[in-house]
Amino acid sequence: MIGAGIAKGMAVTLRNFVGSYLEEDRLTTVQYPEERNPLPENYRNFPILIFDGNDPHAGLRCVACKICEKECPPQCIYITKSEDKKPDYMGKPQFYPAVFDIDISVCMSCQICVEVCPFEAIKMDKEFELSKRERFNALLERKEQLAKSNEYYHHIHPVEAAQVDKNLAEAAAAAEAKKKAAAAATTAKASSVGDAVSVPGKPAASPTAQSLGSTSSPGVSPPAAN
Amino acid sequence: METLEQIKKRIEAAVPGAKIDIVNNGSPSAQHSLKIDNEHARDVARFLRDDPALRFDFCSNVTGVDWLDRVIKKTVKTKQVVDGVEKDVDLTSEEKIPGYLEAVYHLFSIAHKHGPVIIRMQTGRANAQLSSLTPIWRSAELQEREIFDLYGIKFEGHPDLRRILMWDEFEDFPMRKDYRPPDDFEWEPTPHDDVLERAKQHYPARPTETELKPS
Amino acid sequence: MSATSSQELEQAPPRMSSRLEGELMEVSLGPQHPSTHGVFRMNVALEGEIVRKLKPVFGYLHRNHEQIGESAGYLQAMPYTDRLDYFCSMTNNWAYALSVEKLAGIEVPERAEYLRIILAELTRLQNHTSLLGFLLSDMGAWGTPLMYAFREREKILDLFESLSGARMMCDYMRFGGCRVDANDDWIAGAKKIVDLFPKFLDEFEDLILQNEIVIARTQHVGKLSPELAISAGITGPMLRASGVNYDIRKIDKYGFYPRFKFRVPLGDHGDTYDRLMMRALEMRESLSILQQAFAQIQPGPVMNPKVKIRAFKPPVGEAYGRIEAPKGELGFYLISDGSANPYRYRVRPPSFINLTILEDMCLGHTVADVMVILGSIDIVMGEVDR
Ligand code: SF4
Ligand code: SF4
Repeated sequence: MIGAGIAKGMAVTLRNFVGSYLEEDRLTTVQYPEERNPLPENYRNFPILIFDGNDPHAGLRCVACKICEKECPPQCIYITKSEDKKPDYMGKPQFYPAVFDIDISVCMSCQICVEVCPFEAIKMDKEFELSKRERFNALLERKEQLAKSNEYYHHIHPVEAAQVDKNLAEAAAAAEAKKKAAAAATTAKASSVGDAVSVPGKPAASPTAQSLGSTSSPGVSPPAAN
Repeated sequence: METLEQIKKRIEAAVPGAKIDIVNNGSPSAQHSLKIDNEHARDVARFLRDDPALRFDFCSNVTGVDWLDRVIKKTVKTKQVVDGVEKDVDLTSEEKIPGYLEAVYHLFSIAHKHGPVIIRMQTGRANAQLSSLTPIWRSAELQEREIFDLYGIKFEGHPDLRRILMWDEFEDFPMRKDYRPPDDFEWEPTPHDDVLERAKQHYPARPTETELKPS
Repeated sequence: MSATSSQELEQAPPRMSSRLEGELMEVSLGPQHPSTHGVFRMNVALEGEIVRKLKPVFGYLHRNHEQIGESAGYLQAMPYTDRLDYFCSMTNNWAYALSVEKLAGIEVPERAEYLRIILAELTRLQNHTSLLGFLLSDMGAWGTPLMYAFREREKILDLFESLSGARMMCDYMRFGGCRVDANDDWIAGAKKIVDLFPKFLDEFEDLILQNEIVIARTQHVGKLSPELAISAGITGPMLRASGVNYDIRKIDKYGFYPRFKFRVPLGDHGDTYDRLMMRALEMRESLSILQQAFAQIQPGPVMNPKVKIRAFKPPVGEAYGRIEAPKGELGFYLISDGSANPYRYRVRPPSFINLTILEDMCLGHTVADVMVILGSIDIVMGEVDR
């Protein structure tokens, strides 16, 4: 019978129409500015720089190693290394970025900068309402706008941030333990130096020099470029 | 599927005069290819398509590659007698390979479900010209047009050889390795001072337009 | 070749008598046309309403993707592949990752392979759903079916978002595995959506497949013979709608597809209706693959630890890797000269090559049919123009 297929289709339309008032999985629209769907944990938008503590300058984790600048596919990161050094979260003096700009009109939210950063310094934001009134300067995010506290990071990515904190704490503990071991070795060596036969020309063979010279620790490996 | 050596032998028997070389591929993919000469390309292609044991009826991917002039340095260790003492000496030989353009065809067989066999054809960078395989495989139609557009290889016997992605008035071939984008996309040559300076540095290095133009 | 086939079609009597017999009018369809799926233009010569000549015009979205790929490194090219066919970024990622893995001989952990299959089949589901919606919208069923399709598609995109961080530009796979692991909640959520999907499919099939208008608009429209389809390099659902049994998942046995049981649907007539049905049937098979994958997936690592993502330098050589993307054979041809970026980076775009025979399919049909035929090819301009 001609028209039966159309009638069948119309029945589907009717079911959907009625269902959109009653059934949970047909009720899909939300009235956006008033109502919002929660963003998933992994949602990413544009990069931010994480700092520990309260001071964005003192706590900034970024050490201006420029790896992210090199790896960013559209080359939208611009970094200038500082002249002086400031202590990082482990107390080691490190460089910091004097200038750190990201052109978010070019950034394509690919997350490669986050993946390659060896210092857990750059992470992805979840802020998506970013309309600006100007095309050029407003879309160039400066270090001041990019710096976000670790609490904010915990707020937007709770699971990931907890993992990062754990890794960093482990790395710091490992570094601490190493330092202690090295110090112990130094004292041990100092006490036993009288009867030990030292190998001339091979000072690197002593455990002290090796463990002090290497800063590598699990989770936080130093960049090759630095 | 037959090995490339067998295919090569059979092509040489079927198409008299065809020059076939096997190009080795050192990567773990081990997709070696056949280099065929331009004069017999269409006959070889027809043989590959129609031979009952091969039946490469599906030409999947057609693309161009630009190779600039290269120097391959080979170091060979030899023993030589220097001042009466035998010594290991590294002999460095340099081989100059003039630049060329290449068209690469990836063939599969839908009838026998095997493949790929890769064939490639080479031509000089000036006056680049190859015979079109569109009469054999229709799928090459748009892809050869794309090669013509981006690499500037003229395909003889192509039914409708026009620019495809760039606009018709565009001169130059953007996928060639020595292509320089215009210093200012809106005005060329550009009126701005610093851009003009940059342009001056760039333009002498470019090959002249008549050199690049096919035909 | 196009000349002979167009002559044949010209000899066939036109389906409608036209008033302007013998007089050709040139019309430019597009580039800004709601039914050209992006910025695509066709120069059409019309006799009355009958198409006598059709020349597609490309390049409005051309950005020389291949050159960008050659100037970026191997890792840097990955997020750019998302932008090819922006409906199916997961399969684009996979095709590229597969080619690099072939080029460098990289192994992929088992769980990553399963995740890839799950994501590729989910991509196929959402691509085909939205295609059906668009196709109906091209036929004049404005809005309603498209909105139903988008409602379901959105659920799958939400899954992608919660796994990779973005709905469409996923940038999820890496050579040697996947970027992040999926947790159990994600798998459970995906399973729930897959369980509910057949209900939607039944409903959607009720809505369209017996509809007399759909049948009248699609059956015997835009026929494609298997011989021409093979010669023109048509791949994917379009090739199978013409009755050619060629599915790269079965032929190349990439990934873990040999471990799955699924059938390859085939069409009989190669017309637009078959192409439409093909998508509906393929979705059913995808659902069965997904169910098997959820049953088989085991915990484990998702990334090969030996692969260096940064400063990745494959050995000198070349490789062509291809997968069955929702639109057809998506291949990447890479030549490495041993440096950190590919010497040649080529994308074999299925929707571009599937457009080769657009003219052959449209000759002798009306302008309104051209839109339906174009819709059934399933093109995305980001991939056509690259
Ligand atoms: S890679 Fe990390 S530490 Fe290095 S410059 Fe970038 S954000 Fe800073
Ligand atoms: S997200 Fe990607 S594009 Fe954006 S700054 Fe990071 S690396 Fe660059």
